[in-house]
Amino acid sequence: MAVPALDLKKTPLNDLHRELGGRMVEFGGWDMPVQYATGTITEHLRTRTHAGLFDVSHMGEIDVRGREAIAFVNKITSNDASKLIDGQAQYSALTTPQGTVIDDLLVYRFAEDHLLLVVNAGTTDKDWGWISSHQTGEAVKLQNVSADYCQIALQGPDAISILQTLTETPLAEIKYYHFVRGAVDGVDSIISRTGYTGEDGYEVYAAPEKAGQLWSKMLDAGKFGSEKGILACGLAARNTLRLEAGMCLYGHEIDEETTLFEANLGWITKLNKGDFVGRDALTKQKEEGIKRKLVGFEVTDRGIARDGQDVLIDGERVGKVTSGSPAPFLKKNIGMAYVPFELAKLDQKIEIDVRGKRVSARIVPLPFYKRAK
Amino acid sequence: MANVPDNLHYSKDHEWVRVDGDTAVIGITDHAQDQLGDVVYVELPKAGEEFAANDSFGSVESVKAVSEIFTPVTGKVTETNDSLNDEPEKVNKDPYDEGWMIKMKMRNAGEVDSLLTAAEYEDFTKAESE
Repeated sequence: MAVPALDLKKTPLNDLHRELGGRMVEFGGWDMPVQYATGTITEHLRTRTHAGLFDVSHMGEIDVRGREAIAFVNKITSNDASKLIDGQAQYSALTTPQGTVIDDLLVYRFAEDHLLLVVNAGTTDKDWGWISSHQTGEAVKLQNVSADYCQIALQGPDAISILQTLTETPLAEIKYYHFVRGAVDGVDSIISRTGYTGEDGYEVYAAPEKAGQLWSKMLDAGKFGSEKGILACGLAARNTLRLEAGMCLYGHEIDEETTLFEANLGWITKLNKGDFVGRDALTKQKEEGIKRKLVGFEVTDRGIARDGQDVLIDGERVGKVTSGSPAPFLKKNIGMAYVPFELAKLDQKIEIDVRGKRVSARIVPLPFYKRAK
Repeated sequence: MANVPDNLHYSKDHEWVRVDGDTAVIGITDHAQDQLGDVVYVELPKAGEEFAANDSFGSVESVKAVSEIFTPVTGKVTETNDSLNDEPEKVNKDPYDEGWMIKMKMRNAGEVDSLLTAAEYEDFTKAESE
């Protein structure tokens, strides 16, 4: 489905992406760089070994303010927002009554009466409609503030030292999945120790008109253009990095057809926190057990598995690949797929139907990649 | 700007053909490799297989995408570039030389005359990207 380029939304960094040789593609209604002149593999490897910079300003932000902010968010999400303290973030999911997934998101707690939900770009409008339709008298004020923020992700082992040159905020003191308000190059920002690459790093939120300044300063501070310097990274590297790290991508591993338990997201499903949308269905599924499960696999033949291809076990079509790709750091061809629960065992041999050719693979533990701490 | 050597013939599917007697050496163009990005896998036919012009004879894959490759001419495969199994990046680095893909014995050497010249191919890629 091609959307005319004129109708695509642009982040504040669109011109800078083009200047850097970004190859622009449509993603969730946005005109985004899939890669820059350096290419996906170099971008991926540099993020693992040094640092990568990602424009994620297309992500959506929804503000929840008011006395019942926590109660309201807890009603529509699966994780327990009441466990958050000020300055902490949490991975969670918006669930349907069937326990399937409207979207995955981060919940940031600024104060007891102020949470910020960060949602996927392509689902922001759907999420906003879903969330606002679930407000039934709670004392909260909801606001879609997506246009009020740019978001830049600085990821990789050198992320902390690079960002520290631009801020007096002591970054090492921000724990994983925590955030602070601070000035980055003098720009009022939210500095969050989160990311989607499997590396240490930060996501910086600020006013959109400051995006160009922050982006350029981070590239300069990271010695962009030098051999071990930071690289601007496109969506393709973002995808391969998250896949190596075994993270779900909405629309691939999770959607309105998959439940949280099937997707190994039991750890963000808090059935004992009180009622929430989908709790009954998820409780029932937990008692009865899941019928299929998301697994990681590694291709053992020559060939690359791709999204949507069939998975076969003993010649029978039993599931589908949700994400399949070369893994640039691991130098393997990997993927994730749903398979019947009873066959979701480590080392189970499977086959992938790669455009009519059956390619052997085996089930391996997730995540594929875990950084040394 | 993509490199388009004068001495080759080009297809609208972005393959090039170098004629050497009745043998056609076939690969993908600089423009094609640039559009694909880092090539990580090349699937080629076996020597002896026969293809008609415009048949798919294999595929080339980047991190993100799979592209079929088509034979611009009719004939029988005599040799394939097996070094691409271990070094698919040759397609990016040297698409017209070390990145060649197959050699074919042409059934009808006149077929190359219907392909694009370098100048025509350059115009074609410009028009395509507009």
